[in-house]
Amino acid sequence: MPDGAERAPDAVRDAARGMRVDLQLIAGLVTPGARVLDIGCGDGALIGHLFRTQGCDARGIELDMALVTRAVAHGLPVMQGDADTDLVHYPDQAFDYVVLSRTLQAVEHPLAVLRQMLRISTRAIVSFPNFGHWYLRAQLLLKGRMPMTKSWNRMWYETPNIHPCTIQDFFDLCVAEGYVVEQWLALDDEGHRAPWRRFPYLANLFGEQGLFVLRRG
Amino acid sequence: MDQLEPLAEIAHQTVVFPDGLALDCGRSLRSLAVAYRTYGTLDAVGGNAILICHALTGDQYVAETHPLTGRGGWWSSLVGPGLPVDTDRFFVICANVLGGCMGSTGPGTPHDERPGEPWGHEFPPITIRDMVRAQKKLVDHLGIRQLFAVIGGSMGGMQVLEWAATYPEAVFAAIPIATAAHHSAQNIAFNEVGRQAIFADPDWHGGEYWRERATPARGLAVARMVAHITYLSEQALTRKFGRRLRDATSLTLLDDRFEVESYLQYQGSTFVRRFDANSYLSITRAMDFFDLAAEHGGELSRAFEGARTRFCLVSFSSDWLFPTPASRAVVNALIRVAANVSFVEIASDKGHDAFLLDEPDFHRTIAGFIAGCAEHRGLKPRERA
Repeated sequence: MPDGAERAPDAVRDAARGMRVDLQLIAGLVTPGARVLDIGCGDGALIGHLFRTQGCDARGIELDMALVTRAVAHGLPVMQGDADTDLVHYPDQAFDYVVLSRTLQAVEHPLAVLRQMLRISTRAIVSFPNFGHWYLRAQLLLKGRMPMTKSWNRMWYETPNIHPCTIQDFFDLCVAEGYVVEQWLALDDEGHRAPWRRFPYLANLFGEQGLFVLRRG
Repeated sequence: MDQLEPLAEIAHQTVVFPDGLALDCGRSLRSLAVAYRTYGTLDAVGGNAILICHALTGDQYVAETHPLTGRGGWWSSLVGPGLPVDTDRFFVICANVLGGCMGSTGPGTPHDERPGEPWGHEFPPITIRDMVRAQKKLVDHLGIRQLFAVIGGSMGGMQVLEWAATYPEAVFAAIPIATAAHHSAQNIAFNEVGRQAIFADPDWHGGEYWRERATPARGLAVARMVAHITYLSEQALTRKFGRRLRDATSLTLLDDRFEVESYLQYQGSTFVRRFDANSYLSITRAMDFFDLAAEHGGELSRAFEGARTRFCLVSFSSDWLFPTPASRAVVNALIRVAANVSFVEIASDKGHDAFLLDEPDFHRTIAGFIAGCAEHRGLKPRERA
């Protein structure tokens, strides 16, 4: 692979240009130059973007070894690891932001993962698919079957999403755990910001995803 | 086994440090020779240097035809023009380790007290850190204040970890491959079998075989054979040899030999032509002594406290000599001090040997990590022709 050393960063730039809309929103929440850990970072598109456009010290953890290899081969500091077991190794307050995008519903111990996130970082940015969306409710009500949508697209017996929750549920969790919600947004299925900012009830009905910025109370 | 004549003595490119080297054991070498090779050109600010650390039986001839064996460089799939460690872009250095037998000070070089004789088995016990200190002298001699990267597999990976722990400011990026922060009991056990094979050879002569113009070639060959088994996975051995017989199609129970036997004997017999038994003992001991955590009060993460080095650890899924959990233990120690660490386990069925072989995912990982570090370091991309 003679030209690999030069080709890799270009590939990352290309990836960043076509980055998921919700990741672009997340990037907009991060202050330039911040220390960031992206948990479940996939191919590292967000951390590549944060380094190159905002000068962040951005790193990633990813469970899937094929994605890890791809990210490292693109010059990104990513390690193979598991949110459920590996966050405990980080020291307190090692980061300014820890990002968990569309992964919370798939971890084994969501409460423990959130606690670890807010131990090792000042702020946690969490996004998750909203199980309270009207279309899911309608499917369950009318068909009596587990809903299937773009975000919830695997049968109940094979889905990795073992802890679905709604935007309202997440607000409740933040109260119970004493987290301060600094910002929150509801997103549509493309990841664009949905106009339900002031009305959690409507956001819970019409938002495809919830995006929260938390800190400890 | 047929006794083969050792290959001819040749002159290696060497730098001699007349101030010697203070060793971990408390003794000092009066003079230190470091044999090395370089590839590529050092840039004006000395910022593009990559040090390669070789493994137990490797040497400085990393990317060129070996002057003794006539074989290609041991890492010529990874290091060279346009390769992941690109010698068109980087100034690559590889030194023969302290205790080695390719020109650096070791058991085969003249004794401090009795200049007419080699050290032989009286060579002071050395450590991985001693090897690294010797390399540091070479790097200083070459006028390099900070290495862009230090890369090595197996024992070479131990040296990479030791470099990052001992000279953190001198290492911008560290790539320890298929290695561990200490030798396991199993590792030590295999080394001991090899050493006992050497001691049991009638040509050993209590370590002073050079007096008798002999070499404990059979013992050293057995040591190599045992070690070679540990470098391969069961799957790799089965794929390569299975139960095939040499020069026969069915088992007669007479003079039959399995192909795997003759392969190992060949590995043993070629090895003794290029390696000295006392060097083998000295270096395997250094590996066994290695315990980076013990050097830092029993807590591995302390070895990397405040490290600004960027790390990339690589393990191979079928490596049972330096298995993935050994690399993961280093990763966990690094993240305990919030170090910048990439970690990949490469899927391979080739065992420990995989780091020397053509593994595309491995090579992509190294190339990408180096490219990313070069971007952070502000190194200019290679100019294209």
